[in-house]
This record gives sequence, structure tokens and C-alpha cells, in this order.
Amino acid sequence: MLQILHGVNINWMARRHIAFIVSGVCVAITIASLILHGGPRYGVDFTGGSLIEILVTPPVHVDAVRSAVDRAGLAGSEIQELSRPGQFLIRAEMKAGHASPSDAIANAVRAGNAGRKVEVLRVESVGPRVGNELRGAAIKAIFFALGLILIYVGIRYDWRYSVGAVAALFHDVFITLGALSITNKEITLTVVAALLTIAGYSINDTIVVFDRIRERSKTLRREPPEKVMNVAINETLSRTVITSFTVFLTVVALFTLGGEVIHDFSFAMLVGVVFGTYSSVYVASGLALEVQLWLERAGGGGAKK
Amino acid sequence: MMTRSDQWKFYLTVVFVLASVWTLWPTFQFYSLPPKTRQEVLQARPDLATNEAERIKLEKYVKLREKAIKLGLDLQGGMYLLLEVDTSKLGPAEAKNAVDQVRQIINNRIDQFGVAEPSIQKQGENRILIQLPGLLDRERAKSLIGQTALLEFKLVKTEEEGKAFYDRVDQYFARKLHGGAPPDSAAPDSTVHPFTSKLLASSHSEATVLRENVPIVDQMIQQLKADSSFVSDAQFSWDAHESEISGRTTRTLYVVGKEALMKGSEVASAQMRLDLDQARPGAPGVSFNLTSRGGALFGDITGSNVGRRLAIVLDGRIQSAPNIQEKIPRGQGSITGSFTEEEAQNLAIVLRSGALPAPVSIVEERTVGPSLGQDSIEKGIRAAGVGAALVVLFMLVYYRISGMVAVVALFLNILGLLACMAGFHGTLTLPGIAGIVLTIGMAVDTNVLIFERIREELRNKRTVLAAIETGYARAYRTIIDAHVTTLLSSFALMWFGTGPIRGFAITLSIGLIINLITAVGISKMIFDAWSVRRKLSSISI
Repeated sequence: MLQILHGVNINWMARRHIAFIVSGVCVAITIASLILHGGPRYGVDFTGGSLIEILVTPPVHVDAVRSAVDRAGLAGSEIQELSRPGQFLIRAEMKAGHASPSDAIANAVRAGNAGRKVEVLRVESVGPRVGNELRGAAIKAIFFALGLILIYVGIRYDWRYSVGAVAALFHDVFITLGALSITNKEITLTVVAALLTIAGYSINDTIVVFDRIRERSKTLRREPPEKVMNVAINETLSRTVITSFTVFLTVVALFTLGGEVIHDFSFAMLVGVVFGTYSSVYVASGLALEVQLWLERAGGGGAKK
Repeated sequence: MMTRSDQWKFYLTVVFVLASVWTLWPTFQFYSLPPKTRQEVLQARPDLATNEAERIKLEKYVKLREKAIKLGLDLQGGMYLLLEVDTSKLGPAEAKNAVDQVRQIINNRIDQFGVAEPSIQKQGENRILIQLPGLLDRERAKSLIGQTALLEFKLVKTEEEGKAFYDRVDQYFARKLHGGAPPDSAAPDSTVHPFTSKLLASSHSEATVLRENVPIVDQMIQQLKADSSFVSDAQFSWDAHESEISGRTTRTLYVVGKEALMKGSEVASAQMRLDLDQARPGAPGVSFNLTSRGGALFGDITGSNVGRRLAIVLDGRIQSAPNIQEKIPRGQGSITGSFTEEEAQNLAIVLRSGALPAPVSIVEERTVGPSLGQDSIEKGIRAAGVGAALVVLFMLVYYRISGMVAVVALFLNILGLLACMAGFHGTLTLPGIAGIVLTIGMAVDTNVLIFERIREELRNKRTVLAAIETGYARAYRTIIDAHVTTLLSSFALMWFGTGPIRGFAITLSIGLIINLITAVGISKMIFDAWSVRRKLSSISI
């Protein structure tokens, strides 16, 4: 039979400090990027605003679009040229109580480019109040989901494990957020869905490892926790890698072939899957071990007295 | 030999597969139609059929459409609008009714616009969610939906009445400028006549304002309106259209009576016509017929005001202000102005379906043009297909015959998921496709967990049967934990998420629940049947 990673015997836990440094650096980079960019870059879903995608045939230069948009009195708008010639993405502000500027933009581009066909491919206009509400709903959804997961892990496992699981979860989601910030991608509703899926996968991976640790701590009762964890991680390593690999395959397919609408979603998933795999091995178990060792030291000191 | 419980499992599986195929059959039929017929099915409206045979055909189409999985607005193109009804000027009881009324009126308007399968739902206290699949002309749809369409008939003030009104307005603003004291007569014109000095020309019932002065004049009018101490039976109203006077763009300002003599609720029917304006043949306009009550009222109004001008006011703007030549007894009238044919058509529709009881504003709009929608679905399906194919290939290479069992389970999972969507009349959106792809990921993980466990047990020198039993039993606990945590987070998404996120969470949740049946139950059954019957001493895993 075809096998990978069978019978590996790696002393993961001895190298956990290296992992802590790697994770620490990634988190630091994320924080730095978020500070440099002034926080996450929220899309129109959350800030309110208008996004309009147009196709001008035959194609025109971006300056022609810009001057048309300026003439419509929306000079602050951001205009982005997409990969297809003549296709532009325009972002404009949408003020409370005012109509969406998307019509004004479309009409202005039409008027400024007489004789060309201007097709509106996509419009997303969100009023500022609705944007606030959507942001509130998304934050609620994230905290509610994380809260439910925490309670479940707390009930099914020890609280020591909970700490590791939660840390791994935040680690994965936070670093994905950092990758989005570095590449200057927007946080939209779809990206929030991706972040939550990453959280789901991350906890899933962590649970598989924890399950095995729990099982092995019964059979290897005399061994130190460090050894038990190594055995559990090594035994589940093939599954961790195979599963992550298959998920990775589907996400890569979405990323390369799924088209622009799903692009940011699959990008976030791609980053999340990679870090999720790494963190379920190192961060979750490593931290759980640290907690356990710390408890033993505290308990041992008490016993000597 | 199958044990009794295995037999039950087998029959249940057969029922599951048959039910899924039966539920999905209309979807299969629908998507195997040629594109043109599919479009006809999508647009079918039996109420518009001209004869019995056509009606029967269209009803069949509608049934097919209802039973097939529909594509979301992001995939087939369409419009999603969230309207907010401004009920701030209504009492609590009126406000409650207003939103339902608005919904009903917009329903009527869209109905006459001819969109198949519009969805118009009340959301929360004062919002209305409108979804128009496959619609092309978004600007027209928006004006049709957002227009208040309050039609009023008001008398234009005579020149003397107008002059008196202008004098009062000038005094009002002059006093404001000078802190209450009347200005001395030697002061420049702009301080004595702060308002009329902004006008280009005035006949006192009708004034001309240069386009660049319109904002400042309008600001003064709003100021006047907001001041409750300024009481008058007259008010200003702008003309709906701009005009050209010796090369300069201007807008006309009228002085009209504050009270409407009659409202649009008395309009019984309205049509777009091209022959209303004798001076401009072919210019689009709208002719309307009044109800019998409205007709009598109109007769009285016109009869007692011959020689005066009657303003036809739509949403506060004057469309036209014709002279009343004689009493109009039959309750027929027309509205002319500089309309395009489409605008006139819209106006006829909104007059027929009535005015909104409160103004509405569009607070969220999401439109996907049909070409982008087409592009998305092709790419989405291709991506999902390639992703699934890669995973299947990997499973077959890595786990061989056992991999095949996993692939069968995976196929049944997707079959069941799609059948659930068809059964619940769900729509497939792009995030929904992402949800399916992630379901595939989880389903594969379930099998990997089981197979790796069986392999371990085999390495521990257990027999094939025992390895399968313990492998499943031990993996089962992990699988449940993994599914419950993912389900919990998708429930949170369903609960708080909106539109696209909810679609993602729903497909993922259904997929995960079915996965527990297919990847654990059905695949175990296949394994049992395979290993028990052949008394296997080795297994291809």
C-alpha cells in the first residue's frame, strides 16, 4: 500500500520553542502590517460605500474613466483597472440619506465615452448605517461561533486543552488577517465566511490531535506528557497531512479557477489551511504542554513543602 | 449473509438514493434544456398567456422552475435591493401599516414590469428586501421601485396672489438678515429683496432661476418650509425639468396652493401615449382615467377654475401646468413634459399601482450583470469540478479499493445535498458552491480518519474484520467532535449572517449532516458487505 509519513518518530515537543518563535514572528508581522495599514481594510460591506464594476468596449484608458468620474463630482473615488482591457472597478463613498453614486458614475462614464458601450457588470452599494449593522452582525457571528466552540471543547476536554485550542484558533485567524492586510485585500462578508471556515478547520485539526493525546495518555500512563504528545502527533501525522493536502487541493482549484468573485475567499482559505495544519501540530499541543508543565511545577513545589 | 440491521441499512440507502434522484430529476431536466428554452422557463408567466394551450405549457414550465434548484442572483445575474421606509413622519399605527402597504404597492409595480419570480419580503421593522433575478435594466427598475409617485393636482396662484407671497417671503428673509428690523429703502436690492433678487425673471406665479442659483434658492425654500411661524396657503414648487432660455439652463419655480385639490389615489388607470401633445407629435406622455368619484371632483375643480392654471405635481415636482380651458366632466386627463418613452411607461405603471404612503430609500444594492453571472457560474463549477476530481484521484491512488468506497460515499453526499436543496426550494449561490467544496473537504477528512485508523489497526496485526470494526469505532468519536464544532460555527453564521454568508453556512451544514450518514453509515455498510461476504484476509486500503 502507498503510505506517507508512517512510523515517523519526530520529537516535536522538544522543538516547540522554535515554533513559538516562528509563530511569534508571524503574529508580530501581522500586528506591524495592521498598524501600518491603520487596521484591517474593510470593504464596502462594512464601511458603507459603493463599488461598481464596468466594462467599456472598445476599451479606453483609465484616465478617460477617471476624468468622467471627476466630472460627476466624485473626485475622491478610487479607480482600479482590472486584468481584462476596458474593465474597471470604481469605489465611491455613499453618504447617509443620499442615493447610491453608482448610477451617477455609470452615466458619467457613458457621457464621457460617447460611441462606446458601457456595461455595468456589478454594483455593490451599502449605506453607512447598513454597513455598521453588517459589521455588528459579522462580529457577533464570529464571537458566537468561537464561544460555542470553546464551550464544546471545554465540555469534551480538559480546560488545559481549551487554552491550546483557543490559542491555535486565534493564531490561525489572526495570521490570515495579517496575510490579507499585507496583500492589501479587503475584508468583505465573504472573507469573514472564510475566516470562520478556517476557525472550523483549525479546531477540527486540533481536536483530532487532542483526541489521540487523550487516548494515549491512558495507555502510556507512565510516560511523561511530552512523550505522550509526540506519540499522538506522530500517529495522527499522516491523517493531518493527507486531509490538509486534499483541502489544499480543492482550495487551490477555487483560487486558480474560481474567478474573481471568490478569489479573496479562496486566498484567505489557502493561508488559513497552511497555518492551520502547522498550528494544530505545534501551537495547540505545545501550549497545552506548557500549561501542563507549569501546573506540575506549581504542584511539585507544593509537594516538597 | 447480511445481518438484519445490515439489511435495514441497505434498504434505507436504496430509499435515500431513489428519493434523491427523484427530487433532483426536475433540476436535471431543467438544466439539460437548450439555453433558449431554459430562458423561456425562467420567464414563464401563465397569467400572461394568450390562449389555453399556451397557458398549460407555461404552467408546466412554472412547475418545473419551482422544482429545479435555482441559481442565486450572483450566478444568473440580477438585482438585490434593500429599501428603508421612512416612517418618521407617520404615527405609530400608520407606520406599521405603511411598510406593508409599500410592500404591496411595490409588488404591483414589479408585477407590471414583468419580472418572473421576484421576491419581495419585509425585513425587520421598516425594511423591504427585493430580489429580481435575471433583470437587465437596473436603472429603470430602481426608479420604478424608489419613486414615491405621489400625484397631486394643485392650483397655480394668480399673479396678484403670487406677488403678495413673494413680498412676504422677501420681508421674511430681509428681516432675518437684519436681525428683525425692516431694512431702510436705500439699501441695495439684494438686502431689500433677498429672495426675488436671486431670480432671473418672474411673473409672480412663475419664476425663472438660473441653474447655478437653484441650490441657494432651494435652500431658502427649505428654510421657509421648516419655519412653522411662517404660515401661508401658498408654497413654492419646482418644475420637474430644466429648460433653455437664450442659451442658459434654467429651472422654473411656481407658486402653487399648499393644499392639493385632488390626489393620485383617484386615478383608475393610466397609459403611456405618444399623441398627447399636439405641439410635439410623438412626444411620450401619460393619459389617465379617474375613478367616478375622482371624475366628479375633477369636473367641479375644472368647472370653478376656468382660466386658471392647474399644476400636475408628481413627488413635489411640477410635471406640467396647463390652462384650464373649460370644465372637464369625464374624468380624463394627461400628463406631458419632456419624458422619454421609458419614463412615461414607468410613470403610467406607478400611477396605476398608487403612491407609496411614505418615502423610501435604497440602503443596499447588489447587482450582478448577466454576463458576469454567467462567467461566475462557469468558473465556479469548473473550479468545484477540478477540485473534486483531484481529490477523487488522490483517494483512488492512495487508498485504492477503499478509496473507491470513499468516492461512492462522497458522491452520495453531494447527491443528497443537492436533493435537499431542490426539496427545500433552495438557491445555489457562489458561496453555496464554496460550501459544497468545503463539504467535500470534510467528507474526505472523515474517510481519511477512518482509513488511517484501520491501517493502524492492521499494522497492530488485527484481522481485517476486527480492524474495520475498531477503526470505525475509534474514528467515530473524533468525527463526531469535528462535525459538531464545524456545525456550531455554521449555525452561528446562519443565525447572524446575511445573504451570501447564510447561503454558505446552510449548504455546509446540510452537507455535514448528510456526511455523517454517507461517510460513516453507508461506507461502513459497504465495507461490512464486502469484507464479511468474501471473508477477506487482506484488504485494499
